[in-house]
This record gives sequence, structure tokens and C-alpha cells, in this order.
Amino acid sequence: MDKLIISPAPHIHGGDSVSKDMTGVIIALVPALLVGLYFFGLGALVVTLTAVASCVLFEYLIQKFMLKGSNTVMDGSAALTGLLLALNLPSNIPVWMVVIGSLVAIGIGKMSFGGLGNNPFNPALIGRVFLLISFPVEMTTWPRPVPFSAAYLDAETAPTTLAMIKDHFGEIPSTLDLFIGNMGGSLGEISAVAILIGLVYLLVKKIITWHIPVSILATVFVFTGILNLANPELYASPVVHLFSGGLMLGAVFMATDYVTSPMNPRGMLVYGVGIGIITVVIRAFGAYPEGVSFAILIMNAFTPLINTYIKPKRFGEKVKI
Amino acid sequence: MKTFRMGGIHPKENKFSAGKQIQVAELPKQVVIPLSHYIGTPSEAVVKKGDVVKVGQLIGKANGLISANVHSSVSGKVNKIDVQLDATGYKRSAVYIDVDGDEWLETIDRSTEIKRECNLSKEEIIRKIQDAGIVGLGGATFPTHVKLSPPPGKKANILIINAVECESYLTCDHQLMLEKGEEILVGTTILMKALEVNRAVIGIENNKKDAIVHLQQLAKNFKGIKVEALKVRYPQGGEKQLIDAIIRRQVPSGRIPIEVGAVVQNVGTTYAVYEAVQKNKPMIERVMTISGKTAPNPGNYLVRLGTYLASVVDQAGGIPEGTGKIVGGGPMMGRSLMNLNVPMAKGSSGVVFIRKEESVRKPVKNCIRCAKCVTVCPMGLEPFLLMSQSERNMWDEMEDNCTMDCIECGSCSYTCPSNRPLLDYIRFGKTTVGGIIRNRATKK
Ligand code: SF4
Ligand code: SF4
Repeated sequence: MDKLIISPAPHIHGGDSVSKDMTGVIIALVPALLVGLYFFGLGALVVTLTAVASCVLFEYLIQKFMLKGSNTVMDGSAALTGLLLALNLPSNIPVWMVVIGSLVAIGIGKMSFGGLGNNPFNPALIGRVFLLISFPVEMTTWPRPVPFSAAYLDAETAPTTLAMIKDHFGEIPSTLDLFIGNMGGSLGEISAVAILIGLVYLLVKKIITWHIPVSILATVFVFTGILNLANPELYASPVVHLFSGGLMLGAVFMATDYVTSPMNPRGMLVYGVGIGIITVVIRAFGAYPEGVSFAILIMNAFTPLINTYIKPKRFGEKVKI
Repeated sequence: MKTFRMGGIHPKENKFSAGKQIQVAELPKQVVIPLSHYIGTPSEAVVKKGDVVKVGQLIGKANGLISANVHSSVSGKVNKIDVQLDATGYKRSAVYIDVDGDEWLETIDRSTEIKRECNLSKEEIIRKIQDAGIVGLGGATFPTHVKLSPPPGKKANILIINAVECESYLTCDHQLMLEKGEEILVGTTILMKALEVNRAVIGIENNKKDAIVHLQQLAKNFKGIKVEALKVRYPQGGEKQLIDAIIRRQVPSGRIPIEVGAVVQNVGTTYAVYEAVQKNKPMIERVMTISGKTAPNPGNYLVRLGTYLASVVDQAGGIPEGTGKIVGGGPMMGRSLMNLNVPMAKGSSGVVFIRKEESVRKPVKNCIRCAKCVTVCPMGLEPFLLMSQSERNMWDEMEDNCTMDCIECGSCSYTCPSNRPLLDYIRFGKTTVGGIIRNRATKK
């Protein structure tokens, strides 16, 4: 008989792996992606493929020629970053901008810190915000949803709901349209229902816990509800806020990024409430109509602090002295 | 259905030997009976080379408070008293006995008739348990009589019988409940008397429905005993977790269960208590499970103490082809064995064969900060943090982050998607921090 293996307990492993988790998130994103492809057609396809391919390629090249470490490009995290970046972009953005966004996301957002696990900020959001600041016009002109559209750069444009609210024009889509995603916006953010299906999948597969998405959405709902009660003329209803802009996508997929979010339920709640408040403040009082990306990045910066000072609830009653 | 309130995992149960009748293992030619257990001071040998002993005769006398008597499990002649590598890889002194016949002490009642009445006083019961050398059979092997004598000022108000058997593969407690249900209930009554409590709960995980129904039927004839079905979840067999599941109290950090009025005893121990008190039978044999995914004949065996594991495994069909690791105990908390030339001890609950594919640890990756280890930790710790502090020798920080509360259940390592050896590092850190704490206490 061969030599027996000697090692400390435990002697079995649950079989979870980084690539399984990453694949799980990608699967959870499929409904949102399908809705994007349905409403934005060709443009959505081109942007998605470009972002995923360039993120994977950049990660591979950086690891091979600069970091020279073992190559982890197959763990799926680069593909996921690409997909998330694409879902946060308008589908009529030129290919070369997508490539630049991918380079920033992977190169600066992730690999410059040493790769997966070490990056303080969500890489896809770094890519998105970089593009937003560099190309404000292209990043804020969204195409009108046309089922199976063959248009790409030439797509007819439409304002987002949040822009309408901010600048007081146009007719806000019906709640049903908001819910299924029949409105202008980034290619993966429009359909609340598709994102919620993804959320259920993530929860069932135990890839994430409920704390972050629920605390963000609840905070936004309550905060915008108060504003709406105080001045319904100026501030849209909480339902509109919940289902428009990047909030759903941000709360379910961007804020829950493992690496950049807190690591215990209490910390997650604080982080979620923080994101909710900052989002509403930017939407209601700031210069931009949308603030989810900034809110998440700001709270990413607080994550180390939250991890240091907010500890999980320990087992055991307090001893009375 | 009740369960503990924090963390936990659910590994594949793999209870291949469930429902397999307990088989009496063949008498070995030689036994090697260790004079010490995993916990406590070794006992002192009271026999010498050449002595002729009977089954049940005292061969090692308890030494100090946390120590237990050791009895001969066979009849025959003492060959030598020497050191022996036990299942945990430590050298321990042990009594080697060459078996000759099977002659029992006359005082032991070997009939199968169930003796229900017990008119002994609390003190007499505890004395008998102590004399019989009974220790916790769940694995920790803590002397039972010590647990039955709460420190002054503390009083138990509930007895909890741990029949959870939450480790995968193991079925020895399950089978014991099916075959010796009534004896276990009598044993429970005796323990209740020893603790002067009028309430006992037997906690059984819901994957043993037949045992739950069986004991619930029998319990109708016993006052104050309740059988509670628990949701299947590891590590429910942990003392603190089981208490939390049953009485919704969390034993404070660093304290023992009596702090919340509970005493926990393993179900196998309860059966041993019955035999000791009602039948005058010392702790000389126990049921153990031999199992594994490709084990030819998974089963439950009644084995005399000191029998070489190899001999029991041979009776169960030998080591299966493709085995990469042999675990003494369950796969989550058991120890990997170098070989089977180790004697079975009071705490040996089973031998599990792990296939080669499963035995090799997968390559360790970066921590992706997924927080899954935090979510599954039943003690509310942050395994990822404790590991990195242990790597950097940050002992004070480890202590501040409650590392001593870790029950070494392994749920964190089991779960980590990056295959990080969390518990290896935490265990090392615990040993170091424990030493620092002891030093500080002696200096004061
Ligand atoms: S081994 Fe310790 S740290 Fe890991 S899950 Fe169990 S109690 Fe928590
Ligand atoms: S489970 Fe593993 S990868 Fe996840 S936080 Fe814990 S140590 Fe890191």
C-alpha cells in the first residue's frame, strides 16, 4: 500500500472554490445580461464581449509579463470583472473606450494591488468611474430600449429616469416598466426583476448573505421616502428610486464584491446603510443624477476600518461580575 | 426544529453503516491497554509483568483528580508494561496483556436482563462510576465522575444527553440507541439522580429518525426524560452548541456548561454508566464504526479496549483499495493515523477511510475575503484574521480576538474556497496564546 497521508483535521473539504463562486456570480448575472441584450441588441453584445475579452487578456498579460506569479486568470474573476464593467456601461459606447475601461479596471483596480484579494476598491467600478470622468458625454448618453435592435453607435438615445427627475423633464416610466427594465440606462442595470432573480440565486447558493443588498435597498427606500413625504414635488417616490438607475445592480452585484466589502454581518449592515445614505445624498443634492458607484467606492474605502472596529457577535453570554 | 444559533455547516452525511447491527469483534491474541487518555494524568499501573488478570480487573489506578481507572479488557497474563504509540501519535505507557481464554470477574453481571431499579445514593453512584473508569466517550475522554461533581456553589438543573453524532460516517451511537435504548434511559435516570436534577433532554439529530421514535416510545415510562429531534448541522455535538440548541443559553467564554445550569453527557457514556452502576461492569469495551466510501463492509463493532485497530479493520474487510488517509474518529475532528498498529482507546469512536482524491489538500490561494469562514464559525470568530495573525506571530491580537474560544471544529477550513488551512494556524496560535496565558497566571 502507498504511504498514508498525515495531516491535521479537518480531513474533508466542502468543495467550494474561487472559480465556483465566480462562476456562480456570472450565472446570477445572466438574467440581467439577457434583458440588456433584448433591449439594446447588437450594441450590448459588442460591449459585453469586448469588456470580458479585454479584462481576461489584460489580466493574463499582466500576470505573465509583470507579476510573473502563478497565473490565476482561469479562476473566473477577470471575466466577472469584465462582465460587471460591461453591465455598468451604456451599450452605445465605442469599443476603444471599453478597452480602456477594462485596462483601468484590471491594471489599476486589481493587479496594481497584487491581484484578487488585495484590491481595496471594486475593480469594475474603478473602470466605470474612470470612464465617467474621462468621457462624460459618451458615458451619460444612453440608447432608447428597442427590442433586438441592430443599432450600436448609431442607436437613438434616451434620458434615464434619474436624469429626468434631476432636471425635471419628461415622463417617468410606469412602475411596471421600471420593474422589468423598459427604460434608458446602462446595459445591465435596467431590469430590477432580472437582478432580483440573480439575488435569489446568490442567496440560495450561499454565495452572499442578505445583509448588504437588503440594508442598501432598505436605507434608500426609507431615506427617499422621507424626502418624498417632505416634498413630493422635488423628490421622486421611493419606488422610483429603488428601481431606477444603477441601484439594484449596485446593491446586489457591485457592493457585495467579496474583496472590498466588510467581513461580518454587523459590518455589512453598517456598510450597506452607508452606501444607501451616500447614494441618496448624491441623487437628491449632488451634481450627478446617479451616485451608486461613488457611494460604493467611498464605502469600499471604509471597509478596512469597519473590519477593524466592528466585530462579529461572539458566542457566549456576558458574565455578570 | 431546534438547532444552535450561530454558524455551522452540513457536510455530506455518508452514514454507510447506519442500521448495521453491532457485531462483537473477535477476541484479539494480545491487547495493549493505554494507561492514559487524551485528557488527564496517566493512571498508575497496579499489575506487573507475569501477573494473571481477569476481564474487568483493575490494572491502572487513577492518579489525581482528572484521571480515570483502567481495567483489563481480557483475561490472560501481563506480558510487559511499556510505551506505545497511540492513535494520536504520542508515546504513552501501556499494559501489554497476552490473552488466554475469556474469564470475567465474578462480580460482573453478564446477563442481558435489564435492571431498572437503582436504589443507590448520589455519592454511591458517583463512586461506582469513578471506580469503573468511565470517561466521556464522545472523544474528549474527560472523566465522567468529575463532570458529575459540580464545583461548590454551582448546581445543575438539566442533564443533556449528547446523542447528536454530527460527524459524517460515524454511526456507533445511533446503533447503540437502537439496540440498547432502554439501558440508555436507565443510565440517564441514574445520571439525573447523581446530579439531583429532575429534567433530562436527549438530543438526537433528525437523520436518525428511527432512534428518535424508538427512544420517544421508551421515554414514556421514564419520568422527566424528553427526546428532542435536532436539525442536522455540524458541530451540533459540540457541548456549547448542543446546550444552545436545547436550552437557548450560550455558555460564556472560558466557562463550563454548569455556568448555565447544564451538564452534558455522551450517549455512549450513558450506556457505560448503566453497565457500571447496574451491572458492575467497568469500562472495558465500546462500540466503534468502521467506514469509508469504498469500505468493503462498513459496520459497527463492539471492541475490547486495547485491541489493535488493524485487527478490527481486518474483520471489516481490510483497508479498501485507493485509501489515501485513515482517520481515527470522524473526518472533521479525528486524527489521521500513520498505520493501524495502534490500540483502540476509550475515546475511539471509529476508523474512517478517506479516498486518495479527497485526502490530498488542494493548493492554497489568496484569501478572497469572502467572509464564508466567518459565517460558518459557530463561535462567532474571524478565522481569516486569526490565521493571518498567527502567521505573523501576533499573539496579543489573537488573544483579543477570542482565539481561545475556538472549539477546533474545522468548519472554517472545510468551507474556505481558497483552501486556506485556517484551523492549522489557529490551533498553533491557540497553543502559543494558551501558554502565554498560563505563564501570566503563574506569575501573579
Ligand atoms: S475551527 Fe475554530 S475558528 Fe474555525 S470555525 Fe471552528 S470554532 Fe471557528
Ligand atoms: S473563507 Fe477563505 S477566502 Fe473566504 S474569507 Fe475566509 S479565509 Fe478568506
